[in-house]
Amino acid sequence: MSIDTALLELRRLDDLAAQDTALHRLDARAKVLVTLAYLICVLSLHPYAVSRLVPFAAYPLLLALLGEIPLGVVARRAALALPFVLFVGVFNPLFDRTVQLHLGPLAVTGGMLSFSSIVLRSLLAVSTGIVLVAVTGFDQICRALGRLGMPTVFLVQLQFLYRYIFVLAAEATRMLHARELRCAPGTRPTLREYRSLLGCLLLRTLDRAGRIHQAMLCRGFQGQMPEQRPKGRFGAAEWRFCLAWGLFFLAVRIYDLPTLLGALAGGLLR
Amino acid sequence: MSHHIVELKDVGYVYPDGTPALTGIDLTLLHGESVGLVGANGAGKSTLLRHLCGAHAPQTGRIRIGDTPVVASTLREVRRTVGMVFQDPDDQLFMPTVADDVAFGPLNIGLPPAEAAQRVDRALEQVGALHLKKRPPYRLSGGEKRAVAIATVLACAPDVLVMDEPSANLDPRSRRLLISLLRGFTHTKLLATHDLDLVLELCERTVILYQGRIMADGPTREIFADRALLDSCGLEPPLCMQDCPVCGADRIACPH
Ligand SMILES: Nc1ncnc2c1ncn2[C@@H]1O[C@H](COP(=O)(O)OP(=O)(O)OP(=O)(O)O)[C@@H](O)[C@H]1O
Ligand SMILES: [Mg+2]
Repeated sequence: MSIDTALLELRRLDDLAAQDTALHRLDARAKVLVTLAYLICVLSLHPYAVSRLVPFAAYPLLLALLGEIPLGVVARRAALALPFVLFVGVFNPLFDRTVQLHLGPLAVTGGMLSFSSIVLRSLLAVSTGIVLVAVTGFDQICRALGRLGMPTVFLVQLQFLYRYIFVLAAEATRMLHARELRCAPGTRPTLREYRSLLGCLLLRTLDRAGRIHQAMLCRGFQGQMPEQRPKGRFGAAEWRFCLAWGLFFLAVRIYDLPTLLGALAGGLLR
Repeated sequence: MSHHIVELKDVGYVYPDGTPALTGIDLTLLHGESVGLVGANGAGKSTLLRHLCGAHAPQTGRIRIGDTPVVASTLREVRRTVGMVFQDPDDQLFMPTVADDVAFGPLNIGLPPAEAAQRVDRALEQVGALHLKKRPPYRLSGGEKRAVAIATVLACAPDVLVMDEPSANLDPRSRRLLISLLRGFTHTKLLATHDLDLVLELCERTVILYQGRIMADGPTREIFADRALLDSCGLEPPLCMQDCPVCGADRIACPH
């Protein structure tokens, strides 16, 4: 995927965040808090507990459904993270060879379990993050974090990071285009070329960032992004959202829902 | 308020890498005046403008805006008086939507959101870009970006408008719109540009910069009629004052 398309994909999330559904209107703090609780629950599960991750998929799925976020959009972006995740987990099956369970003739080792659990967990976490941005907007997430007590310095850093990613990427695309036009078609940049391209990119981005900062100063910037929209209220809907999901997470975190259901189904059949 | 709204006295500036960009600049703008700042590439136009919004501090000499000297402690005030439109609108538009971007200035000076919203509408209407309000700035065309960039500055209600290459990258139609737009403003204006025809239409007074020095300062028509002066400063007369491209005769006398 080229930089242009990756950039476009990021911006697509902003477009989705501009929608107006009940979920979008919910105060961002509620969504951020619930998502944090969700991540803690998912990431703290035992590495072998693969099946227990399944009920957790309900949160991103339901959020996407309520927020009218096309699942394809989420899946495409989550797929971008897949190579990294695979790389992190890929050695587990080699190191941990103790057999944990048998699926018919197949002996499943601990390493295989923890590998699939890492992949599943990361995909859940990444897609939840993507859905959160798509139903809230990055800007609103930052503001929510600020209102939840994150220091302003970090907050502005975060907002700038997001803003300058686009600046950086636009600058990079221009340079790559300029290079392509002067090279034989289809040749990839050599390591040396990459080095000077990167150096150049850094300088140009710094320059541009400096100019943007100047422009902001000229319009009275004092270290804090002004907020135009009225501040949201943490009302009944927000409490309901937090409570409902909180209880659900507690339930699936404490009880092994899939096994219980399996046992129940087995009991009924017998 | 004093009659001299912008006053530079013996201003000099050398870039950190040793490039001398400005030397002994004396320049005074009067209230409501519209001045063109012209000069070849690298003459120091952008550097001079950056002094007016406090992006550079003069290394020698001093600058006053209205009754306020431009020093570190007065920058906030100076920046409310001087509205700077940057050469590249992309540098100036950094918020998620056009409306957010135009509201940035008014909100920063502490206006309540409702009033800021009014200013946004007014400024966008002035530049004829109200229909772009909800769009993200990075998806606009060059001319639309320029219009919005001007709106972001107008929304701050400055007394002095300072513009770097306002007509660069504009198609003839957008350029025409820009000219009529600027003509409608009563602000004191300083326009740095290569577009001498634009200067001829908008500015009664012109300043020529050459290698960081002011070479001429006077009525636009007189300055542009002085071929020898323009030539020595690396400039060419505005197209509408050049000889006829068909028969080579003097424009005034030519039948074409
Ligand atoms: N960041 C910088 N560091 C060092 N020298 C600089 C820097 N920016 C500009 N200069 C030099 O200062 C001089 C004046 O530059 P300036 O950008 O003010 O010219 P300009 O009149 O705006 O030109 P143009 O019409 O091309 O925009 C030039 O010689 C330029 O090389
Ligand atoms: Mg310039």
